[in-house]
Amino acid sequence: MKYIDEYRDERIARALVADLARRVTRPWLLMEICGGQTHTLMRYGIDELIPPQITLVHGPGCPVCVTPLEAIDKAIQIASRPEVIFVSYGDMLRVPGSRSDLVQARAAGGDVRVVYSPLEALKIARAHPERQVVFFGIGFETTAPANAMAVLHAQRQGLRNFSMLVSHVLVPPAIRLLLSSPQNRVQGFIAPGHVCTVMGYREYEALSREFHVPIVVGGFEPVDLLEAISLLVAQLEEGRAETENQYARSVTREGNLQAQAIMERVFEVCDRKWRGIGLIPRSGLRLRPEFAAHDAEKVFQLEELTAEEPAECLSAQVLQGLKKPTDCPAFGRRCTPAMPLGAPMVSAEGACAAYYLYRRQAVAP
Amino acid sequence: MEDEPKSDFSCPVPLPARDKVLLGHGSGGKLSAELLREIFLPAFQNPILARLDDQAIVSVDGLRLAFTTDSFVVSPLFFPGGDIGSLAVHGTVNDLAMGGAQPLFLSAAFIIEEGLPMETLRRVVASLREAAASVGVEVVTGDTKVVEKGSGDQLFINTSGLGRVPEGVNFSADQARPGDRVLLSGSIGDHGIAILAEREGLEFESPVVSDSAPLHTLVAAMLEVTRDSIRCLRDPTRGGLSSALNEIAGRSQVGIVIDEQAIPVREEVKGACELLGLDPLYVANEGKLIAIVAPEVAEAVLAAMRAHPLGREAQIIGTVHASNPGVLAMRTVLGTTRLVDMLAGDQLPRIC
Repeated sequence: MKYIDEYRDERIARALVADLARRVTRPWLLMEICGGQTHTLMRYGIDELIPPQITLVHGPGCPVCVTPLEAIDKAIQIASRPEVIFVSYGDMLRVPGSRSDLVQARAAGGDVRVVYSPLEALKIARAHPERQVVFFGIGFETTAPANAMAVLHAQRQGLRNFSMLVSHVLVPPAIRLLLSSPQNRVQGFIAPGHVCTVMGYREYEALSREFHVPIVVGGFEPVDLLEAISLLVAQLEEGRAETENQYARSVTREGNLQAQAIMERVFEVCDRKWRGIGLIPRSGLRLRPEFAAHDAEKVFQLEELTAEEPAECLSAQVLQGLKKPTDCPAFGRRCTPAMPLGAPMVSAEGACAAYYLYRRQAVAP
Repeated sequence: MEDEPKSDFSCPVPLPARDKVLLGHGSGGKLSAELLREIFLPAFQNPILARLDDQAIVSVDGLRLAFTTDSFVVSPLFFPGGDIGSLAVHGTVNDLAMGGAQPLFLSAAFIIEEGLPMETLRRVVASLREAAASVGVEVVTGDTKVVEKGSGDQLFINTSGLGRVPEGVNFSADQARPGDRVLLSGSIGDHGIAILAEREGLEFESPVVSDSAPLHTLVAAMLEVTRDSIRCLRDPTRGGLSSALNEIAGRSQVGIVIDEQAIPVREEVKGACELLGLDPLYVANEGKLIAIVAPEVAEAVLAAMRAHPLGREAQIIGTVHASNPGVLAMRTVLGTTRLVDMLAGDQLPRIC
């Protein structure tokens, strides 16, 4: 398949690895932000191919993983109402809230449906005027424009039975938090290619300057990631700290201006709690007040929720790159994708799930 | 942990024990296995059932018979490459064929939701009849039930099948041995993606067509080469190639290593999987088989498969090992090795 096969080519990958081995003289610790990138690294065993001086840790970029417990509890509360059709992206369904998940809410009688696009939720709302249709609007800057578009359409079409439970998060404030932490060990970042396709990478240039840290916008195929690692190592070895764009076939410096305009129109920046990390200032998006009629938090009278979470799994340190999933005593024993203790074990993009799924240490020849 | 940072790290409490059946219990993965192990097997415990193959092999007055049953709940009822009627024949015939049996008789039971258009039922029945005729089996008994509107999704069909097992044929998932080769009869994922595309309204330049087909003549062609050097046959339906091979690795207590490059996947199926965030290794097939065969006959069996219209794209995709018993591993396109696990629940589409 064009644009896929050449980025999974063993020959090109091996050449990049050899180039990397020539370049690297010291140990470096790099973080890929996006869960999709973590997934590729594990699936193809890239950490096994690269020189041992380079350590990869995995960032907080799994939208499903960082969606706060309270948001999931709210979703379950709404989905359990008889008048509601609750519509979500598929991988939110098995993420555990404080007591249950959406799959169990469905088994208990809730009308929970999976779609690939929020625009499908609008179709459902039009087809069922007697029901309340609620879409779970989660994700990074990647999913925000389509979600914003759905709210705009609902307003224009006067769809009174459509609302959105919004829990969007933004990448740059999370990188800022990691870099500001005295415990930070990360020396270079692979920035998320899909997020930058929407947002461009000017925000990352500012981070590079402020924290003197190299950032490379990277794609999601093995060759993309090897190239991004190679660019980062070159910068580190030469003492440079710039933002570079490896994923140029999709990302421009300015990003998708139309998508940004729609987001700006519908959402405003707010503080947001990240599961596993805590409150990050100005790291979320919520609906602007003029869209209150489509804001599920305003449409439904929800019980005020504060979920108590005992600190027994290491998801926090994993999401911040302080620990590897395999450092957790519960990993693969008490915590598996079938019985996840923490969100990174649930979505295929979660770092723990990626480690578990491909457990290469278990099949090493 | 000495370097534990101090912020309000959160972690959810463990999920409560599952007290309701979930959709994932029907996905052919780990949850399905759990249901089998905890509810069904203890209730019906007997040595024939304990083989856990796709069919039971029973002896009646010296005659070896294969007996199997399968229910069909596919939605939509009609899809590119087939419909619930032909699928109900192919699915059960294939379960017999995986035991090496020549299919003889079928039963067909219809559970119909009130309000189903009579024309739909006619089309399905006609398709079922044609499929049975082309296989050469007869539907010799049946049943009809109608349930209230809302109590079923249009139409469910159950078929049971009876077949005759030839002399010297003794396939079972517990017979794979180190050194054996893993053969696959053709491309994977076609059926699952055809259904999903129809359901989601996805369109491709060349449409994905279900591979739904009866495999008994392909099996017969393989049996011409050897009867005793084929250890096991499986049709990778729900749960896909991964579930079928994991099951064999577990039952035989061997390690299986497959080669990503050798597994045929159609371009359209690959594209759809990329788009939808699915892995073809877990997507259902209805006209493919996996054979575990002794190394010395692997090439001859492969040639026989390729000479058959349903095995033209057959490949040797892997090898059985003594190391890592119970584990399915895959050599990736980059030459690294990774584990291929059974699905924990349903395969959920990813968001980005």
